[in-house]
Amino acid sequence: MILLEITSWLFITTGALLGIAGGIGIHRFPDFYSRLHAVGVTDTLCAALFLVGLALQTGFSLASLKLLLIFIFLFFSSPTATHALADAALMGGLKPLLDEDNGGNDLDRHSD
Amino acid sequence: MKHNLILRVIVKFLFPVIALFAFYVLFHGDYAPGGGFQAGVILGVAFIFYALIFGLVTTEQVIPPQLLRILASTGILIYISTGIVTMLLGGNFLDYDMLAESPVTGQHIGIMVIELGVGITVSAIMLMIFYAFASRGRS
Repeated sequence: MILLEITSWLFITTGALLGIAGGIGIHRFPDFYSRLHAVGVTDTLCAALFLVGLALQTGFSLASLKLLLIFIFLFFSSPTATHALADAALMGGLKPLLDEDNGGNDLDRHSD
Repeated sequence: MKHNLILRVIVKFLFPVIALFAFYVLFHGDYAPGGGFQAGVILGVAFIFYALIFGLVTTEQVIPPQLLRILASTGILIYISTGIVTMLLGGNFLDYDMLAESPVTGQHIGIMVIELGVGITVSAIMLMIFYAFASRGRS
């Protein structure tokens, strides 16, 4: 099944690219919240695409059922971990980095 | 609305999943990677996860520290008594072949009981260590 192989590797490659994008985001972004944003957005979909690609490799079997269960677990736990980190940082008093040129009115600009 | 509402909901959903995975690792340990120690740590982690969100006081109402001491010693007792039972049946200490008619079934039963004892002890010890760290400066 050449089509299945191509689709599977397409999923895995896209997942890997998302993982690399998240890594670059952690490295390049200026403060804690934007770094968390970079990796928190990408890593759930990265893991999901990996698992879909691997499930296509195994076909309908017990292994793909286990991959589905791992996907469900990651789907709930990964965003929750990101939320807990951001929430703890906000509770701990860490201020987000704001746009200095705009007089720190970065948040207001988005609301209109 | 409490600021950790999301965490509370997710803990209630994930706690049974983690505990079930611990028992899967425990009872599938003779066919797949895993075993008593890993299962005990995962089960301990489920309770630590609960304690991180709902607080130490609530968790100590669920599992009191006295119960943990009893559980930790029960696991050791299961381990040792399995060895003594095999000695009483005419084999060496922890000679699982004696536990059933055929040696293969005996090995299965023996390793399962041993892993159960290890799992109970390890999860109890993990929670005791967590309680000891988390209740620092409270007394």
